[in-house]
Amino acid sequence: MFDKILFGVGAASGLYLVRNLYTMLMVLPDEAAQGMIYRIMFFHIPSWWTCFICFFIAGAASGYSIAKKNFRADSLAVAATEVGLAFTFVGLATGMIWAKIIWGIWWTWDARLTWAFITALTYAAYLMMRNMIPDPNERMRVSGALNVFSFASVVICYKAIDWWRTQHPGAVMSFRTGGGNIDPAMEGMTYQNLFAFLMLCLVLVTVRLRQEESLRTLEGMRRLAFTRQRIAVLG
Amino acid sequence: MDQRNFTYMFYGFAAAWLILALYVVSLVSRGRKLADQLETLKRTLSQEKG
Repeated sequence: MFDKILFGVGAASGLYLVRNLYTMLMVLPDEAAQGMIYRIMFFHIPSWWTCFICFFIAGAASGYSIAKKNFRADSLAVAATEVGLAFTFVGLATGMIWAKIIWGIWWTWDARLTWAFITALTYAAYLMMRNMIPDPNERMRVSGALNVFSFASVVICYKAIDWWRTQHPGAVMSFRTGGGNIDPAMEGMTYQNLFAFLMLCLVLVTVRLRQEESLRTLEGMRRLAFTRQRIAVLG
Repeated sequence: MDQRNFTYMFYGFAAAWLILALYVVSLVSRGRKLADQLETLKRTLSQEKG
């Protein structure tokens, strides 16, 4: 039953994304200054918000896993981080393609972009570090601490456009500016794509969480098989 | 400019979908491998027990 619900949410998110694609291409007009390229923002902004939400969940789950020695929370942290990283790459790629047209360059080392890059590297390091620590308790503690502290880079990345003058555009959404910087229809489209991304994200995190739990079972069984073999050899 | 604008918008959309599609494919493939490994290990353990 749960699998069917999961499949249903995944299919609904796919259909919603296709429906949004139709609206952004066929209904919404071109932006006055940027032309049609601005539509990339309907993927760029929601993908960053989705990854920030994922990293927040991962940080909270890591903190809980360390405090309570809870392996399931540790698995949730891994799942949310990995899915968040996928959305980070979507954000980076779409941003670079937009920049090539609007700025004439693929990349620049301004505060927002640099912190976005650091955020991606930090979370990739977290996932790599986990593979290097064989002991599950040690892995949960050390990588969990890194995950909690990594959230600082997300906060800096989010606030970079307020704290420094950057080449990256400032905030446009009305909840940050009080309105007037973006057309309501375009802002609505951004939220709709965010909703579709969050549905997809929920499905991906759940699937990845299950895999991580299976991996833990597999590790336990391997340890059991190894112990049995040793007993057989010694006895 | 308009043609270039359209081309790069297409690249942007394609990149977003492609990255997510690749991640889904990698998830499915890892899931299959995990299921195979679990099954093999279960069989090995039950044989050792027997």
